[in-house]
Amino acid sequence: MEMKNLPIGEQPEDEFIKKNIILTSIDTVLNWARSNSLWPLSSGLACCSMEMMAAAAARFDISRFGYEVFRPSPRQADLLIVAGTLTWKMAGPLKRLYEQMPEPKYVIAMGSCANSGGPFADSYSVVPGVDLILPVDVYIPGCPPRPEALIQGMLELKRKIQNPAVGRRERHE
Amino acid sequence: MSSQLLSNEAISSLQAQFPGAVSMIGEGSQQALLIDADGLLAIMGVLKNDAAYQFNMLSNLTAVDYLDYFELVYHLYSLPLGHTVTIKTRCQAETPRVSSVMGIWPSADFQEREVYDLLGVNFTGHLDLRRILMPDDFMEYPLRKGYKLPAPGERRS
Repeated sequence: MEMKNLPIGEQPEDEFIKKNIILTSIDTVLNWARSNSLWPLSSGLACCSMEMMAAAAARFDISRFGYEVFRPSPRQADLLIVAGTLTWKMAGPLKRLYEQMPEPKYVIAMGSCANSGGPFADSYSVVPGVDLILPVDVYIPGCPPRPEALIQGMLELKRKIQNPAVGRRERHE
Repeated sequence: MSSQLLSNEAISSLQAQFPGAVSMIGEGSQQALLIDADGLLAIMGVLKNDAAYQFNMLSNLTAVDYLDYFELVYHLYSLPLGHTVTIKTRCQAETPRVSSVMGIWPSADFQEREVYDLLGVNFTGHLDLRRILMPDDFMEYPLRKGYKLPAPGERRS
């Protein structure tokens, strides 16, 4: 692994690199791999999911970052993008989907409804923020956020995965 | 889809068939038949099966909270005859209870569940009366006039 603050010639493993050997920790390699191939679950709750689909389609094309493999099954996904308004009726099924995903797994709250309930925050039927039922890694503001915002959110998540000390997730009860 | 109001002759013959149970409220395009709740099933059965009416489609079923009473609203349409009618019936607010028309129009199933869910009207004879939009553990009826929203920031129980 490259040490970012050192010039190329003074990288510590230079002798090894010449022999095609990279010294690093297994966590760094795994996080590097995970952060560059997030597989999101194909789940959308409301209008934000349209922007999510647009981000996956040709014009914005998140496959440039390795994130295009939307999985239809939670067993194969490691990223849950909560794209839209979550109602209390839907809260149970969404939480079950999250629990069916294998570890390590990440959650992005996309749009103001997922962040805080949005315009429906005072409603009797809407969950005012998915962080009430799920541990959220990245919040993306917007109503709905444009695809660029989703891409930035996923890149922030990538940064967070590669630097675990930046935001260590507390276990959610 | 052509749609014309039920003719006055047809309404008159219905009133003759059920004396005292059917009255007109509203005028013109707002016309509606107010029906005695006790005779609801008999009159609805005639409206669906009698050759003069043939209302084979229940296009809408809803209810309104008027504080003193609930008013059930049925919008009927006849595909063969192309005419339409609005039927209303009332039930008291304390223990709202109306006969289910699920036996006449099976499509009433979900619509009556919605009215039960949001307004708390009980439909006797409904085979599967439970909440449809709200979570099963929700205890109140949010479209009632007397429903109080939770205070901002307060978690729903």
